[in-house]
Amino acid sequence: MIVITHNSIDIQNVIRSAESADAGALNVFIGTVRSKTGEKKVIRLEYEAYEPMAILELKKIIEVAKAKWNLKGWAISHRVGVLSVGDVAVAVAVSTAHRKESFEACQFIIDSLKQTVPIWKKEIFEGGEEWVSAHP
Amino acid sequence: MRIQLKAFGICKDILGGRELTVEFDGETVADLRKDLTQKFREIEKLNSLLIAVNEAYAENDRVLKESDVIALIPPVSGG
Repeated sequence: MIVITHNSIDIQNVIRSAESADAGALNVFIGTVRSKTGEKKVIRLEYEAYEPMAILELKKIIEVAKAKWNLKGWAISHRVGVLSVGDVAVAVAVSTAHRKESFEACQFIIDSLKQTVPIWKKEIFEGGEEWVSAHP
Repeated sequence: MRIQLKAFGICKDILGGRELTVEFDGETVADLRKDLTQKFREIEKLNSLLIAVNEAYAENDRVLKESDVIALIPPVSGG
């Protein structure tokens, strides 16, 4: 399962989608909205995606991970729209035969997502707002 | 030729919209980046600007066609 959603993420559904009878390990990463950015108090985050391309880029990441770690199951759900502190922005779940591959694959997927998938977040904090990573 | 651009994130703010049509006299992705940087000086201040053609990242020497779906991809920040 690879989805970009405008609704809140159902973590149990993400986990269920990654389950496999062949797996002995299922690893989950959940990214949430932090209350502070540096010293500034976060009011909300606004996420947007180039949805069709984001899905294609996520599929490429999964293909690489499948080749490297022999994934038995996987699921990625990324939320877009307006998110508040504590909301789940992204959930990644992978299952593999043994735990080591599941930790490695899960980390690879979230790290790659942050580097290549066309999704953007704007932080609205007390006293201003900023597109994250846009400027040096 | 006239090309259709999609702009996301900070590029949407810089160009003043998510979808726009622009007149383009160059040929390649590199030409387009140069053209846009001259028209919109704020682009120069970005960490990076990638260009996607038909929903995939494109190299600088990619030749653009009028029918291409072209998207401006400022630094991504998902997760």
